[in-house]
Amino acid sequence: MTAVTAGGRGGYGRAVQLPDGLVAVVKRDCPTCVLVEPVLRRLGAAVWCQDDAGWFDGDDTELELSYRLGIETVPTLLRVVDGAETARVVGWSREQWAELTGVADLGEGLPEHRPGCGSLSVDPFRIDALEARYGGTGLVSRRIELAELEDEHEALFDRGWTDGLPVVPPTPERVLRMLRGTTRDPGEVVAVVPPDLVECTVEKVAVNAVMAGCLPEHLPVVLAALEAAAAEEFALHGLLATTYFAGPVVVVNGPVAARIGMNGGVNALGQGNRANATIGRALQLVVRNVGGGRPGEVDRATLGNPGKFTFCFAEREHDSPFPPLAADRGVPGDAVTVFAGSGVQPVVDQLSRDPASLARTFAACLRVNAHPKLPMAFDAMLVVSPEHGRVFREAGWDRARLLAELEELLTLPGAELVRGAGGMAEGVPAGLAGAELPKFRPGGLLVAHAGGDAGLFSAIVGGWVAGQTGSAPVTREVRA
Amino acid sequence: MRTVLDPTGERQAAAREPLPRPASLRGRSVGLLDISKARGDVVLDRLAELLAADGAVVRRYRKPTFARTAPVDLRHEIAEQCEVVIEALAD
Repeated sequence: MTAVTAGGRGGYGRAVQLPDGLVAVVKRDCPTCVLVEPVLRRLGAAVWCQDDAGWFDGDDTELELSYRLGIETVPTLLRVVDGAETARVVGWSREQWAELTGVADLGEGLPEHRPGCGSLSVDPFRIDALEARYGGTGLVSRRIELAELEDEHEALFDRGWTDGLPVVPPTPERVLRMLRGTTRDPGEVVAVVPPDLVECTVEKVAVNAVMAGCLPEHLPVVLAALEAAAAEEFALHGLLATTYFAGPVVVVNGPVAARIGMNGGVNALGQGNRANATIGRALQLVVRNVGGGRPGEVDRATLGNPGKFTFCFAEREHDSPFPPLAADRGVPGDAVTVFAGSGVQPVVDQLSRDPASLARTFAACLRVNAHPKLPMAFDAMLVVSPEHGRVFREAGWDRARLLAELEELLTLPGAELVRGAGGMAEGVPAGLAGAELPKFRPGGLLVAHAGGDAGLFSAIVGGWVAGQTGSAPVTREVRA
Repeated sequence: MRTVLDPTGERQAAAREPLPRPASLRGRSVGLLDISKARGDVVLDRLAELLAADGAVVRRYRKPTFARTAPVDLRHEIAEQCEVVIEALAD
């Protein structure tokens, strides 16, 4: 026996008071329901209709009864005893209807059997709204009712929840749909988010992912990016608070990137791809909304950079001269790497066709990272384009080889770097004049592969304060 | 009526009164935390002089890097040893 107070989807919600006897749910748009109309009237069943309030006495155009009863097909005929469902048949079957009702010779002239139609309450376009309205959603975020006269987009701006661009209103049904993108419990704490050190649940990430414009399949990548960004060595609080330009840059590796439609090709670092744009944005909205990190408050950036709206791309793996970035960092397969990045500096070399020459170009451009006279102070990420990458691939240079060459080329004479050298006050203390200083700390230069087929250009994404005193890149697995 | 879910950390404002401001710093322990920014010591040295001239007992602290929050132990040490905090930020 099935208690009717237990709704169709998990037994949540208020009780539905059903009259004892025969109860049916129908849809006028369903030919089978139209076929059985005379039978239902003869039986004197209490009938609720999903799409026409006037067809029978019962009006279920709000679909609440259908949802709570777990109706999947119309017509559905129930027998109810003492308010509880004791039997159910779906569609039309003379034999089954006779058995349930105890009335023989039902439906004279009708075929023996006719399948029913889909219930509106399981329509994919309605189910999220019904679950949000009638289901026990399990969502615990505070619900905020917008006033009738409020424009919903302006209302979200007014509450300080956006990054300056419009956001998608995080309605309960949208958040429920977003949560279907992960198998993780909505209440699981993903990270403690600075600056307010707030425990951030999967649900809160989903709310912000909705606002950012994510699809449910993007959510696992957002969750992984947040886990990575919240790792102690990434120093997210300092990255947010700094007067420097930097913000989190997310590089995605593994089959997940293609599966969710990410771009590692043409315009990989630019606009126009929903997954790239919204995953990076969702991470920043979590920092803003959950962590409380807002520009002009804890975020003290002098200038910032446009990547602080969003900066996320996939590595172009299929023809890369290098193993996937995350795999080289110990996490093969689906993974994200977060890097404290400060914007894009172009590297042009249209003439080098051998790797040694191209490496020297990279070194010359990398040397100016932050300042040509500041060694070991700032990390960087070199994004090698396919046309540049081909030079290394054909010469058999992998990432380690390129990094080794760059390290040698970027070991700088202290005399050129000391304060005052070159007529510039900036630089290292005079006592280091006799030293040889590496431009990058060990591990302070990341190399990735991305971009469109054409263009002998690569990119340097300048970093932030390096390593122990600042931020170290972090790689984390993307879990379903 | 449209309903949206609150995207924030939903932090409740702490309902507690701050301690009354002391009328004078004479004899009070005042902590100065150097966040390890270049030349921060210059301004803190001068502040220490001025506070000492007002009769305050100045204690000096330093965090390992300006890029990260102060270690928990250091925060506790300051809370244990100081009576007055001067909160300010400059760069």
